[in-house]
Order: sequence, then structure tokens, then C-alpha cells
Amino acid sequence: MKAIQLEEVQSYIDKLANEEVYIHLETTNGAYAKAFDPNAYNVGAYIRNAKLTYTRGKIVKGEDAYRVGLKHEIGWIYAEGLTDYEITDQDQLLLAGHDREGRLMAALQISRIPFSN
Amino acid sequence: MDFSKHKHVVVIYPHPDDESFGTAGTITKFRQAGVPVTYLCGTLGEMGRNMGQPTFANRESLPEIRKEELQNACEVLDMDLVMLGLRDKTIEFESRDEIAERLKKYIEQLEATLVITFYPPYAVHPDHDALGAAAFEAVKRIDKNKRPELWANAFIANREDYIGHPDIVIDTIDVFDTKVKALEQHRSQVEGMLSQLTDGEKPLNKNERILSRFQYETYYTVDVDSVPF
Repeated sequence: MKAIQLEEVQSYIDKLANEEVYIHLETTNGAYAKAFDPNAYNVGAYIRNAKLTYTRGKIVKGEDAYRVGLKHEIGWIYAEGLTDYEITDQDQLLLAGHDREGRLMAALQISRIPFSN
Repeated sequence: MDFSKHKHVVVIYPHPDDESFGTAGTITKFRQAGVPVTYLCGTLGEMGRNMGQPTFANRESLPEIRKEELQNACEVLDMDLVMLGLRDKTIEFESRDEIAERLKKYIEQLEATLVITFYPPYAVHPDHDALGAAAFEAVKRIDKNKRPELWANAFIANREDYIGHPDIVIDTIDVFDTKVKALEQHRSQVEGMLSQLTDGEKPLNKNERILSRFQYETYYTVDVDSVPF
């Protein structure tokens, strides 16, 4: 993945709007957060392959990472802390936020075809 | 310990790299004694958050990368590999009964005399506990006179309050090069994880870090009939 370039990511978000897409949305602080720090909590959530159509999507630059909001017919998809992006050879838009050690903190991915399993 | 007394060792863990962190030295000692070892690996660690350091994997490419890392580590450790096709972070939501039946078939078919797995619920990660519980159940379902020995790893911080000291402690110093080589195959995971390890205040170089944390491989011999699940 490479550092997010706002205009390019925005153009992909626009390209995938107004048609049925599959979303992968995730955040995690790892399965070992509590093992390394007894006062911490393990926190994570993911949705793989939510099928929806968004009518409006926007990427916004924050202080040290980006936020993305996708507005769909009955609600929103939201992610923050995104730092990197990649367009796969299947034209999927992958967005991820990595910490200073390169570990994934958040991911938002949009695809016309379901993500594998 | 006489490693050659066993006929076949079956190792059961959920993630590529679990075998290298916890058991690579033991596996190497069994292989040196001429005992075949088979690894039943539950998932491909699809949801791992380590993406390499600097990152070279992403959520979609990670499974294939970890699969290759796993195959390479098994080559280093000279053991057979079976990938069970479960998904990372989901094992505790699957049917324990179905997984136990699958594991039992492999254990019987391979005529295992020893099964090594995680000790639930003392193994930190929900997948570790869930696959460990299924492996315990699998062994329990085998006729007593044909049952393999069962060794289990525990590593929550206060494990000794519950289950005392491990009765098997294997010093891997003489095969540590092989263990490090196996760990290094899991490049996407290990570089990030090892950078977190320190010895108290003192930062350690890479090999010292691995040695201080992973030199001794410890197991509890488990009697499945006396375990409460």
C-alpha cells in the first residue's frame, strides 16, 4: 500500500458510487493488547461483505490521517485513522490505517465483487 | 527426555506462526529423533494486524502471504502440513463438535501417539482456546486404550494460579538456530511482534529477544478425563 493521495482515492470513491458494492470495514487493537498491558482492553470489530449502494462518498484529511464517510439510503459507513491505500488488480479500493509499527488499526475496503470468503 | 519413544506427533494450533513461537524447538527434537510430525493448522491468520515492517501486505493479500510463510516454516521444521480452512477469529463461533470430529479423524488416521495443542482457557487468544478445546474433545473421544498423550501450552499471566507449573520444560538452546529460522519464515508477523519485546527496561537485539522469551518450551501433560469441559 502507499500513502493516501486524496484526489485519487476520491475519484475511486466517486467511481464506485451509485452501484451495488461490497464493503469490508474493520478496526482492531490486536488480540494481544491486554496481554501486553493488563489495563488495556482488546477491542475490535469487522464486517466482511456488507452489500449496499452509497450515493455520496467523501474522503477528508485530518491531522495525521484521513476520514471517509459513505452515505447510503438508510445510513452511513464511517472510518477514521486511514493512512494508506491500494487499488487491487480487481479494481477494489483498499484503505487502511497503520500505526508507527506498521500494524493495521482500521480498514475500509470497497469492491464490486464480494471479498474472498 | 526420550523423543524417539513416540511414533507420530500431531500439532494442532490455529495460526501460521503459533507452531514456531511455541513449539519449533520441540518439533525439531522429535524430527531429529526420527519421529514424524504433522501440523494441523486451523486458519491462515487472515485477520492479523501485522502487515510487515515496513508494511508489504494488506488485508486481502495477507492470507496468501501467510500461507506461503507457513509452508516455508513447515519445510524448515521438516513436518507435514494440513490446513484446516477455518477463518481467523471465528473458531469459537463454529461447532466444537464438528471440529473435534475432524481432528479425531486426523489423529486416528495418523496413529498419533502425542498431540500438542493450546490449553484452554489459558492461551490468551480466543482462537487458541477454541481450537485447544476442540483438540481436547477429540482426544477424549478416542478409546482410552488408543488415546495419544496430550501436551498443552498455557500462557496467560496468572496460569500458575489455576494449573500450577508445567511438568514438561524443554530447553531448545541446542536447536535454537532452527527455531529462529522457522520464526523468520513468518516475516509478515514476526518483525513487528519481536520489536515489541524487551527485557524489562533493557532493549535487546533480535536474537537476544527471541532467546529470552522463547528458549524454553513448556507444556502441561493433560488427562482429558479430569479437565472440566
